[in-house]
Amino acid sequence: MLIRPKEGILDPQGKAVERALPALGFEGIEHVHVGRLVELEAESPERLGELCEKLLANPLIEDYEIQTL
Amino acid sequence: MTVGTPKYRELGLTDSEYELIVEKLRREPNDVELAMFSLLWSEHCAYKHSRKLLGKLPTEGERVVMGPGENAGAVDVGNGYAVAFKVESHNHPSAVEPFQGAATGVGGIMRDVFAIGARPIAILDSLRFGELDSVRSRHLLDGAVRGIGHYGNSIGVATVGGEIYFEEPYEHNCLVNAMCIGFAKIEDMVRAAAAGPGNSIVLMGASTGRDGIGGASVLASAELGEGDEAKRPTVQIGDPFEESKLLECCLELLEKGLLVSLQDLGAAGLTSSAGEMASAGGVGIDIDVAAVPLREADMEPFEIMVSESQERMLAVVEPGRVEEVRAICEKWQTGSATIGAVTEGGQIRILRGDEVVGEMPVEALVDGCPLYDLEPEEPEGWIYGNRETLAAGASAADELLALLSAPSIASKRWAFEQYDSIVGSRTVRRPEQADAAVLQLPEAGNAIAVSIDGNGRRVACDPYRGTIDAVLECAQNLACVGAEPLGLTNCLNFGNPEKPAGAWQLDRAVSGLADACTALGVPVVGGNVSLYNEGPEGPIYPTPVVAMVGELPDPAQVAGNAFVGEGDAIGLVGPFEPNLAGSELAKQRGELGMGLPEPDIASVTKACETVRAAIRAGKLSSAHDVSDGGLAVALAECAIAAGIGCRVDLQHLRERGCSPEEALFGEGPGGFVVSGARATLEELGATLLGEVGGKEIEIAAGDRSLTLSLAEAEAAWRSLDLA
Amino acid sequence: MIWGVLQFPGSCDERDALHACEIHGDGARLVWHESRDLDGVDGVVVPGGFSYGDYLRAGAIARFSPAMEAVAEAAAGGAPVIGICNGFQVLCEAGLLPGALLRNAELRFRCHQVELVEEDTGERLSIPAKHGEGRYYAPEEMLDQMERSGQVAYRYADGHNSNGSLRDIAGVTNERGNVLGLMPHPEHAVDPLTGSTDGLRVFERMSKVGDFANHGLTKSPQA
Repeated sequence: MLIRPKEGILDPQGKAVERALPALGFEGIEHVHVGRLVELEAESPERLGELCEKLLANPLIEDYEIQTL
Repeated sequence: MTVGTPKYRELGLTDSEYELIVEKLRREPNDVELAMFSLLWSEHCAYKHSRKLLGKLPTEGERVVMGPGENAGAVDVGNGYAVAFKVESHNHPSAVEPFQGAATGVGGIMRDVFAIGARPIAILDSLRFGELDSVRSRHLLDGAVRGIGHYGNSIGVATVGGEIYFEEPYEHNCLVNAMCIGFAKIEDMVRAAAAGPGNSIVLMGASTGRDGIGGASVLASAELGEGDEAKRPTVQIGDPFEESKLLECCLELLEKGLLVSLQDLGAAGLTSSAGEMASAGGVGIDIDVAAVPLREADMEPFEIMVSESQERMLAVVEPGRVEEVRAICEKWQTGSATIGAVTEGGQIRILRGDEVVGEMPVEALVDGCPLYDLEPEEPEGWIYGNRETLAAGASAADELLALLSAPSIASKRWAFEQYDSIVGSRTVRRPEQADAAVLQLPEAGNAIAVSIDGNGRRVACDPYRGTIDAVLECAQNLACVGAEPLGLTNCLNFGNPEKPAGAWQLDRAVSGLADACTALGVPVVGGNVSLYNEGPEGPIYPTPVVAMVGELPDPAQVAGNAFVGEGDAIGLVGPFEPNLAGSELAKQRGELGMGLPEPDIASVTKACETVRAAIRAGKLSSAHDVSDGGLAVALAECAIAAGIGCRVDLQHLRERGCSPEEALFGEGPGGFVVSGARATLEELGATLLGEVGGKEIEIAAGDRSLTLSLAEAEAAWRSLDLA
Repeated sequence: MIWGVLQFPGSCDERDALHACEIHGDGARLVWHESRDLDGVDGVVVPGGFSYGDYLRAGAIARFSPAMEAVAEAAAGGAPVIGICNGFQVLCEAGLLPGALLRNAELRFRCHQVELVEEDTGERLSIPAKHGEGRYYAPEEMLDQMERSGQVAYRYADGHNSNGSLRDIAGVTNERGNVLGLMPHPEHAVDPLTGSTDGLRVFERMSKVGDFANHGLTKSPQA
């Protein structure tokens, strides 16, 4: 599951990373956001959405995406 | 690995050390045994170059409850209570990965304290880096401060003080020394000695992985050189949450009397804990590596024995009580496993299930390492170089600004605000509110004060006198809050002792430490040694970091270091003889060299008593020790903290024979800047300097007089910010 | 009046909260996170610290504890609940308070004395704040609603909002007003020896909340 800050919420971590890039020689990069990655093995994908909504993400401030590997 | 180099040499053992091992075992050691010996016989664990010197230190006193040799030292603070404390270094790991190096340094020293049954109540840290114009030093400073904050804050122990210095000799070898203070009922305290053949050995806490394998001998007993990037995998990762659970678990186990003894796992992991427990108890020990909970599936016996995975403790438990112990570990959600037993016969045996994979006499492993005599030789002059940063012909006001804004002197608020300094509700004086941290101990009916100091630059000028100065500074800081020293812990950070100059520095410094502590009547209750802090550029400044814990009867009678009211008189107490040798001004002028004046220990001690008594009686508004930057800086600091200026004349000081410059910026022990009623200061025999008032710092000093606005002084003093 | 101070693995300021309640003149005891009944207490303090290491998100795991289920019921019944710092985070994660706490705008943990303004009286309080994730956030419409229903309890005084909280919000209540959450630590402002005593006002305010004798906290949830 990829968990990222909701669009529009101030993301100082993302901003700090974005600001540091030119000094390191990386140009032309913008809209940096920093989120979280949770990896797990589940017997069935059924309740993963519920797991995200209830625990892994805070729906008020975060969006999530489930990827099957 | 170079072709043809014997394995033992790769692990840091010398030819003769290896031969001695073969002699003691009466055969060649196998891999498991070799790994274990290489770690316990490393400088970091065996203190082979310093052990003989440390014998000079005074360690006894009527308030000493636990002395050197135990996991931490402890002193009696009355009412059946003791305060435990110790300082330790984590220099080499921090140079490679500052966040985790500093964090695990804090974690490690805390475990030493709760291993003797004391609840950690405070942390202090002493940090040294290269100058801040180096990207590397900024990176190390930032990482170390964040790491200390991360660990201390998460586990809920207040970080109440410390020091941070910036000097070029630390550029390639930073110093991160962490101190922990704990509090316990004397009757609840426990020693490390294993006892009772047949008793079980229980490992508690986190599972064991490959953290820090080879850490002790690879990182701590060798100079850092090219390619230390490759050492990155051996840095340990700390988990303060795990330690918080482990701490509560251990304290509950001790409170319920379920443990025979307890030992933390630090450098050299299971090898050193099991070895030291057995050695202290004069018993043998069996460890079954197959029973150790592992984080990675395929670890070899030697890896399991030397892993430095954090947040683990080893306990000796009577077999009948093991289940109760495991139930409490379960309650606190921390791991536990029976991994061995205490035996008779003095052997340490490593088993894998039924198979013996390593065996040696405990005595050979723990105490068999040869101890070396140093071959000291005084170097020809100053070996450290000089860098001029202050323009010649600068005015006295400009010099004061240059000193106030020097990162070593400037306010460290940027750093200490990243630490929780109040959790636990004991903090009576927070960082920079007074010259020492003050913690109330309502259970014991009093309070303690702590200061950590160690001006390496002065020690470089004269290792003997400079170390005495460091001890005196510590005592003075305690006196400023009305505290009487009870005990001292130290961390000796030095270069390569096998080099004649390094040996000379270490030898002279330890003598200075011994003489100062003996003269002051303050026992050394524990400490740590970190050698080989040296790179291709040369050694660090010899840096004996000393920390004292003192007691004071009434936390409500503790002045701060800030002036209090307009019209208060300002005075100087003590046999202060300012001298520019080793001073911050000399550094900025590029004029550092060998030699320091002789300190007058007896007179400084008398001055400490005078100030201490006056503070306890509530007679003074403020008290501040004169140190880096001299009297002008001390006065400015008192004024800035108060937001009130001062008008001062150093004429009386100059009558002692010093030049205007020395009077302003000369350093040395024995100076206390105090403020209060004029009559009170006269009674104390203070040299009157002037009075508190206005919005400027006015210091008359002959042709070097200066006037600086408080605002400008504050801006300079608050200029340290890594944002 | 007896306060129950919850204790999670990783809580730090629970003993300080206990002590503060006692200084205020109330009884107090620690309540283990696994306790399903709050053991006869009249009000609850969810303390500061790093419950569960702040892993995943601050307060995200603690909110699922059995004790928190009991707290939710007690709160629904009108019992006073104070969430301090990490406690505030737990209450937001549990949905007992609106909004969420994000990382400080400066991206650094900061421990320092701050001035708060009590919203309904204008009284200024000097209280220490120590956190790395204290930036209060709620969507604009939610904030407007909260302002309308008087749910903003404390704001940072001018120049004292260093974490970037929206509308300088330092503390909020639920609609009913019996659940309060705030980031600064009133339990560390109750003793002149260690700082200011302005924190006592916060405990005073909440100890007056509702008719706590009738909250039925002495009964187990099933009864």
